[in-house]
Amino acid sequence: MTTEHLDRGPLDRRELAAVVAADIPTGAYVNLGIGLPTTVADHLPVGSGVTLHTENGMLGMGRAAEGDEVDWDLVNAGKIPVTETPGASYFHHADSFAMMRGGHLDVCVLGAFQVSVGGDLANWHTGEPDAIPAVGGAMDLAIGAREVYVMMPLFARDGSAKLVDKCSYPLTGVACVSRVYTDHAVFLLGGDGDVAVRETYGISLVELRERIGLPLDEKDRPGG
Amino acid sequence: MTAVFADPDEAVADIPDGATVLIGGFGPAGQPIELIDALRRHGARELTVVNNNAGNGDTGLAALLATGNVRKIICSFPRQTDSWVFDDLYRSGKIELELVPQGNLAERMRAAGAGIGAFFCPTGVGTPLTEGKEQRTIDGREYVLEYPIKGDVALIKAHRSDEVGNLVYRKTARNFGPVMATAATTTVAQVTEVVPAGELDPEAVVTPGIYVDRVVTA
Repeated sequence: MTTEHLDRGPLDRRELAAVVAADIPTGAYVNLGIGLPTTVADHLPVGSGVTLHTENGMLGMGRAAEGDEVDWDLVNAGKIPVTETPGASYFHHADSFAMMRGGHLDVCVLGAFQVSVGGDLANWHTGEPDAIPAVGGAMDLAIGAREVYVMMPLFARDGSAKLVDKCSYPLTGVACVSRVYTDHAVFLLGGDGDVAVRETYGISLVELRERIGLPLDEKDRPGG
Repeated sequence: MTAVFADPDEAVADIPDGATVLIGGFGPAGQPIELIDALRRHGARELTVVNNNAGNGDTGLAALLATGNVRKIICSFPRQTDSWVFDDLYRSGKIELELVPQGNLAERMRAAGAGIGAFFCPTGVGTPLTEGKEQRTIDGREYVLEYPIKGDVALIKAHRSDEVGNLVYRKTARNFGPVMATAATTTVAQVTEVVPAGELDPEAVVTPGIYVDRVVTA
């Protein structure tokens, strides 16, 4: 069943990051995408045993570096200086992506322009003629990590829903997303086009269904 | 046999026009700035450059692009907040871009260095970046055929080398260096220090000297 949180507004960015962080399994190996997903790290509980992977060749990435800690040889995927945690390791790029493709990462959290109900992901290119495309590691992560979580605002600036029947932007990966965390709701994708709403924030399920114009399933889902 | 050079300019002096040059680095981390600057001064033209990005700011790779001597760049993530040199060249049609998912970039160079003719890879299936490529279903999953990327020259940055070209790296500056070292006909590594053979712990060597033709302190 869907839990409707109607006594509050939508999640802000910090709250959204905390909701995602709470769902990261203890001891998981996790890659957090550039931007909003990176902030999930700030909400992982002490003792979570989560090991962060960064595509540019490191496991055991720590928090952002401050002051004297800044070392430009130690950066994350966004080229921001970070720190090491005890037990960290370094490896080259082919190994880093073999880790993804080989299914060794438990979870990755990515941002998105759009996600389809079938789990297709679009997050690398708007397709506009003058846009310079950049893909980075998004396609490798999308097909490699065992679970792909997306974290995004539910609605675009023009009010259109970013959870869609079919993506209009160029795809990053096909049928790869299993969960979509948004400010208004958490969606569990069944892989067959089925969408279960686990929670809503500041909006009822009925209203949510109206605003995004998609059939939503109220069934409880294992692993939810 | 690895040659130790004293001067970055000498270490890149024989790079010909039209060469494919693999350049290490992930943004600024691991970017062999002094070797890139030497290549820029050397002035070889019609180059194809392979790097994860397409230059930052106005230095290093960006400065090389600004000369107009790079005909084509093969990379995964050209667009950044400080990639204005590339952005202008691209928008005015002065540089060709082959956009490659980052893991394919690494694996295609790994394949080149390991004698692999091509490989089936699941990355990018069903996306515009694999359109027109040969596809095969293996054990119920879709894969795309990807070909190696071989370099004429690799310019990489490592932390230390010994006289026989064994390399150790520093933190995430390692990134593409070890893979590029294997994938080029001639590999040039800039290091902070060249130590006598025997001073690097053989257990800690990341790139064995067999892959390294030239080292230069920079």
